[in-house]
Amino acid sequence: MGLKQNLHNLKEKYKGTKMAPAFNAIHTFLYLPNETTHGGTHIKAADDLKRTMNTVIMAMVPCLIFGMFNAGFQHNVAVNGNFASGMSFFSGDFWNFGNLLIGAAKILPLVIISYGVGLGVEFIFAIIKGHEVEEGYLVTGMLVPLIVPVDTPLWMLSVAVIFGVVIGKEVFGGTGMNILNPALTIRAFLFFAYPTWMSGDKVWVTGAVETAGTADAISGETVLGSLAQGKEIVYSAWDMFVGFIPGSVGETSTLLILLGGLFLIFSKIGSWRIMLSATLGALAMGLIFNQIADAGIITESSKFYSLMNTPFWHHLLIGGFAFGAVYMATDPVTASQTNKGKWIYGFLIGFISIMIRVFNPAYPEGVMLAILLMNVFAPTIDHYVVQGNVKRRKKRLKAKTA
Amino acid sequence: MSKDIRIKKGLDIKLVGNAEKTTTKVSLSSVYAVKPEDFHGITPKLIAKEGSEVKAGEALFYSKSDERILFPSPVSGKVVEIIRGARRKVLAMKIAADSTQEYKDFGSKDAAKMSAEEVKNHLFASGCWPFVKQRPYDVVANPNQAPKAIFVSAYASAPLAADLDFTLAGKEAELQAAITAVSKLTNGKVHVSVGSNSNSPLSSLKGIEIHKVSGPHPSGNVSTQIANIDPINKGEVVWVITPQDLVIIGELLLTGKFNARRMVALTGSKFSKPQYVSAIAGATISDVTASNLENDNTRIISGNVLSGKQVKEDEFLGYYDNQITAIPEGDDYELFGWTAPVFNKISTTRALTFSWLNPKKKYDLNTNTNGEHRAFVVTGSYEDVFPLDIYPMQLLKACMYKDLDEMEALGAYEIAPEDFALTEFICVSKQPHQKIIREGLDLMREELG
Repeated sequence: MGLKQNLHNLKEKYKGTKMAPAFNAIHTFLYLPNETTHGGTHIKAADDLKRTMNTVIMAMVPCLIFGMFNAGFQHNVAVNGNFASGMSFFSGDFWNFGNLLIGAAKILPLVIISYGVGLGVEFIFAIIKGHEVEEGYLVTGMLVPLIVPVDTPLWMLSVAVIFGVVIGKEVFGGTGMNILNPALTIRAFLFFAYPTWMSGDKVWVTGAVETAGTADAISGETVLGSLAQGKEIVYSAWDMFVGFIPGSVGETSTLLILLGGLFLIFSKIGSWRIMLSATLGALAMGLIFNQIADAGIITESSKFYSLMNTPFWHHLLIGGFAFGAVYMATDPVTASQTNKGKWIYGFLIGFISIMIRVFNPAYPEGVMLAILLMNVFAPTIDHYVVQGNVKRRKKRLKAKTA
Repeated sequence: MSKDIRIKKGLDIKLVGNAEKTTTKVSLSSVYAVKPEDFHGITPKLIAKEGSEVKAGEALFYSKSDERILFPSPVSGKVVEIIRGARRKVLAMKIAADSTQEYKDFGSKDAAKMSAEEVKNHLFASGCWPFVKQRPYDVVANPNQAPKAIFVSAYASAPLAADLDFTLAGKEAELQAAITAVSKLTNGKVHVSVGSNSNSPLSSLKGIEIHKVSGPHPSGNVSTQIANIDPINKGEVVWVITPQDLVIIGELLLTGKFNARRMVALTGSKFSKPQYVSAIAGATISDVTASNLENDNTRIISGNVLSGKQVKEDEFLGYYDNQITAIPEGDDYELFGWTAPVFNKISTTRALTFSWLNPKKKYDLNTNTNGEHRAFVVTGSYEDVFPLDIYPMQLLKACMYKDLDEMEALGAYEIAPEDFALTEFICVSKQPHQKIIREGLDLMREELG
């Protein structure tokens, strides 16, 4: 009579009651259930949705940990004004306990609120509708703290999470049925509901909001924000690659995102087609803008100039592009579902991200809007890809009868 | 002329318990049963009553839709019980076998001299028609349609499947007679597929088109071969016969007797000595498996692990099946089984699952679902194990929301439920693909005919 047997007895007791989904959700986190196959195949492959989702979470953990150090680091650097460009990735100035303490105090509450509120909503819906708690939110809950600015107030986050889960997912029927990526719905809600708070130059570095207007005021601007205003950038490409720059919690380190992306591709969980084509799309758009700037069509007096003139490959390093392409564009539910469609879908995400980034200086982060836009068009892309297959079949028939 | 069919997409599921190539003949069971549900889509009308004496080959019931299609008793004896389910649906007819078998004499025939009509009538009368199945819909063939070709797959790629080269060895005469006869039924060709490096007894037959097949499962599935040789279009029909059933038809033609004895592979880790036995269709499972089976928390399957049927020891061998598989039940919990690294199960991903390290390893899989049923989430994985030019997930969804036009357009005519066994095996959301497809095909058959 161990824990296993006790839990089994409890499960039998709760079977068929309203509380069963809630209990099972917790139970199945401890134990793989004792369910056996009935009808259909008698054996099943080892993977289930929990394992798939968990793999994505594992790929994001390095970004989260880096984000905690970075939050503290950016704060200290802004306060002391001693940013040194070209630091080694393993520099002790970055990886120290002081930085972690400041960052963790800011970011752990974000993680807890995101999971607590989001899973709470999921549990309530599962109990009302009598289905099992689906795993989709495990990834969403991890994405959310990584894509919001570090100084996001917790109440705002709670409101946004409730909105995102209910409107972005549950009204469509839950995991697997939603049209828009729930994590991006949450972020979009934050940005459009609280625009003055979210799009300023304060929320990106912790402490910048409190000190604003005082003698100790520090700047909390992102690279994109500076570029959009045509300011001088103090960060080198290396700084941007390893991630020692201000930005949303988990999106700054292109290096760790790249490693996470490679892990997802290796484990065959993430779609390499989307990641690759999104990168290609971004590079293509970046190159086009570079050409325009070089050709002198747009001059330095234009407000688009500095972003257009950014070397095309820098676009992969700044802002949330890398994070969006690896972790959010690849969400299988909201992406194109056909392999051919994934190429088109990914390419357009990259292409449109950079376009929005350059032409929208008020809010220069384009990747969120590009992914949401392509989420809406993904079924259309799939439709035409599938129609290609249907037409091929019809043609075969015609060739036969003719 | 020989054409090669090479399949790249697919998955060979390597399991412990391949049958050794030794045969024992099983003594006659005391009870046999014919289950109408083995013949999907047939509504039986009973001929034999409880208590009537039948010979081997004598009809037990006929199809409600076409009274010429007879379903014979595999043995001679007495109908002892007719088991009925809800709404008096016939579930099984049990026959107590005589100790000496008597066969109904249908007279030996020279297939070469028979006309198409004579072949058809002979197959009707002798109860051999149910061996002829059709695509679309994967049901017993409708004799009123003209098939554009007949397909025979003599290459079995399913997990632990019986080695057809071994089970059919020495049956050349029967196979040739049967091929000669059934080739009269179509104006098209009779396509026979054999393994690329096998010495199948079928490869030397006359009047057929031989294809050599290589690649992972489902290369042996007849739909895969049809798609590569001569894909089915809307309005077309092809017929499919398994080689082990051709042997029975051949023996009928040569001797005039209906003898439903075939080689059955006993496979899986729960057999102490996996091997072949020679048994008659409908035999009691426990008589076939005898003392070989370790029946402690064991799943016994009539057929293979992907599309076979779960049976109990006192139930019966399926009418078409040439394999019995026994694997451990997986009705136990596994601590952190959803995230811990997995070494002893098969997976097509590498999400802390390590079956990719050792592609030759044989696994002892159990019947645990390894997770709970979920909505479709992951995309792009089915395509890696699905060799047909069809979008599997889109077709499954079309079946689920019952859009007949879309099912038709997406290629539902070309498939059978067994083609979705691999996608079902790897499905992360643990959706019952074969059931979804079966219900979709049934709906199409009902609505479109």
